[in-house]
Amino acid sequence: MAQEAMIAWKKKLRLIYGVYTGVFALFIISLWIAENMGLPQKYIGYAFLFGTIGVYAAIGILSRTSVVAEYYVAGRKVPAVFNGMATASDWMSAASFIGMAGALYLQGYDGLAFIMGWTGGYVLLAVLVAPYIRKFGQFTIPDFLEARYGGKLPRFIGIIAAIIVSFAYLVAQITGVGIITSRFVGIPFEAGVFLGLSGILVCSFLGGMRAVTWTQVAQYIILIVAYMIPVIAISYKQTGVPIPQIMYGQALQVIESKQKELLNNAKEIEVRGEWKKKAEELSIKIKNLPESWQKGKSELEEKLSQLRENDPERTKTQKALKDYPKTPQEAKEKWTNQMKQAQAMSKTPKSYIAPPADSKGIINFLALTFCLMVGTAGLPHVLMRFYTTPTVKEARSSAAWALFFIFLLYFTAPAYAAFARSEILTNIVGQAFSALPQWVAKWSSVGLISIRDMNGDGIIQFSEIIIQADAVVLATPEIAGLPYVVAGLIAAGGLAAALSTADGLLITISNAISHDLYYKIINPNISPSSRVKIGKALLLVVAAIGAYVASFKLAIIVELVAWAFSLAAATFFPAVVFGIWDKRMNKTGAVTGMIVGLLVTGYYIIGSRFYGVDWFGIKTIAAGIFGLPANIIVALIISRITAAPPKELQDFVDNIRYPKGAVKGGVEE
Amino acid sequence: MIKSDVLSNYWKENKTLMLMILLIWFVISYGSAIVASYLNKITIFGFPLGYYMGAQGSLIVFVILNVLYSKKTNELDKKYGLQEEE
Repeated sequence: MAQEAMIAWKKKLRLIYGVYTGVFALFIISLWIAENMGLPQKYIGYAFLFGTIGVYAAIGILSRTSVVAEYYVAGRKVPAVFNGMATASDWMSAASFIGMAGALYLQGYDGLAFIMGWTGGYVLLAVLVAPYIRKFGQFTIPDFLEARYGGKLPRFIGIIAAIIVSFAYLVAQITGVGIITSRFVGIPFEAGVFLGLSGILVCSFLGGMRAVTWTQVAQYIILIVAYMIPVIAISYKQTGVPIPQIMYGQALQVIESKQKELLNNAKEIEVRGEWKKKAEELSIKIKNLPESWQKGKSELEEKLSQLRENDPERTKTQKALKDYPKTPQEAKEKWTNQMKQAQAMSKTPKSYIAPPADSKGIINFLALTFCLMVGTAGLPHVLMRFYTTPTVKEARSSAAWALFFIFLLYFTAPAYAAFARSEILTNIVGQAFSALPQWVAKWSSVGLISIRDMNGDGIIQFSEIIIQADAVVLATPEIAGLPYVVAGLIAAGGLAAALSTADGLLITISNAISHDLYYKIINPNISPSSRVKIGKALLLVVAAIGAYVASFKLAIIVELVAWAFSLAAATFFPAVVFGIWDKRMNKTGAVTGMIVGLLVTGYYIIGSRFYGVDWFGIKTIAAGIFGLPANIIVALIISRITAAPPKELQDFVDNIRYPKGAVKGGVEE
Repeated sequence: MIKSDVLSNYWKENKTLMLMILLIWFVISYGSAIVASYLNKITIFGFPLGYYMGAQGSLIVFVILNVLYSKKTNELDKKYGLQEEE
């Protein structure tokens, strides 16, 4: 694009998104006024859900396209700032938006692995990969692998890895969409998934990467506004200054001093003793399976048969029977989880700010941080975004902008967590059970918060409060006493985060099959318009399979995201980085490296999660810490004992290293 | 055609830049995590330094590093005449 045209284009984009942000603010304000005039909460939830999904669909329709370059890389005319926003929302998932502050609340310092890991990875991405990927200038990461190493095999391995990594991640996002919509609008989980997916599909189906890009920019604006408003309000409430990122130091001090008081508090010790007893009871029950399962079941059945028709106990018992594990196997899983929870609650609360005390803890912290960082720089749906900028220069600054936009949210998450924790320690602990604030009752009814009077003294002890990670962000609006509109906004923000990531993943998987596998390997003679058609059809198929898998609500959903990072770190990252920085790396080395990385990581993921495999005490979510070095070492050794890559491939490497000129074979259509 | 010595000098400088940035990146993130319990003894504006580095300090450095790399490589392109034609 000519320079003047580019300037006019940027001006136009700024205008469009400026107006959009203004309209969004008006939308929030008018809903707030409506709420004050008596609009029921249910309709506010609907307005946010349908309003935002409607906007995404409208953007999809407006940017519909069947042109190959538009469909795959948004015409390569996404300016740095906007690509930065799109990358930020592409990559910040439901886990970042809703789960991360909660993880910090629960884990204290240990949770910082996610904060550092998911931002630090962008340094690797910006320095080692992004500009060079843009210079190469094709469509997908498997494209790069074939061009750099030669032959279909590297492409094929890339396809397999891209599908595994992106699909694991996609299922987690679809589950997030279902949870958010069902919780806020009160529709069933499956209907929520269907509704959310239709929003995703209108967008990616009609306009491919082009529609996804412009929707992701819109989604970023919604999610960052939604994240900031509640935490600014709670900072104002607790400290009198509405700058949470600076003010939460006070909350940290409150947390530390209050927690110190709890250590030797007699009531707390009593409650911790109760938890210990409970854990022991459960462990006996687990040991005596399946008899204990049968016994519990018949006890409930007998109780039910003895209760009279209108006894209030009856419905309670019926519910208990309905929730009772269906099989001894299910009982084992459920009781083991309960036992772990009870064991955790029986321990003295550890310092919120202190790093892990033992070496195993520190090693796991560092390993997880490292896997998340390297994985970030190896995720195909993120790498792909750097094909869409107009120039190499813009790709570089786009990587910096992306980190900045992500930083805004991550820099704020610790404040969320600290304010929530200090609120609980100050205003909930020590209260009478009869004087609980309303929000506690509301969130305990959906199981996000549970408070039980373990020692029967009528007063809430800290060890009696169990909070799920998701509750921190979701309940903050009510903790801060904000109108319901803000809760609706949070839901819209969480949905934007989940949908934008799902969009990017869906298009990555569909491209891997339609472009990389079908067009490049199976049938190269296919016309450009059929390529796009096949891509679009695959979007529907992949989305349907993703939704189907998500409908099982697998127990491993939390781990899926972390595994995706480990797998990306152990497969793509070395192959792509060697491809740019190591001219001597050849096909045999890169391919064996990727295969070994995939196998080692896959083995450790499955082995440590299900079969008790344990190397150096590393947890399953940091599995990439073995696969990545295995890949690197194997790739280096094999490449050095086999022949150097041919001259034209070495020239190719030279060529992608600097911005000037075009890459041979780099421009299609 | 670009002369090969121009290219190799360009790449050498770029490599040095990359190594310097990644060195800072490594020390700031992993270094501060390893010594976090010592850093926590220092408190600034209510923030224990060890916790702060993990929660916000390292993030600020990451952003600066990315801006720096983008700026420096653009300058490098100009120095060697390898920038994109406008």
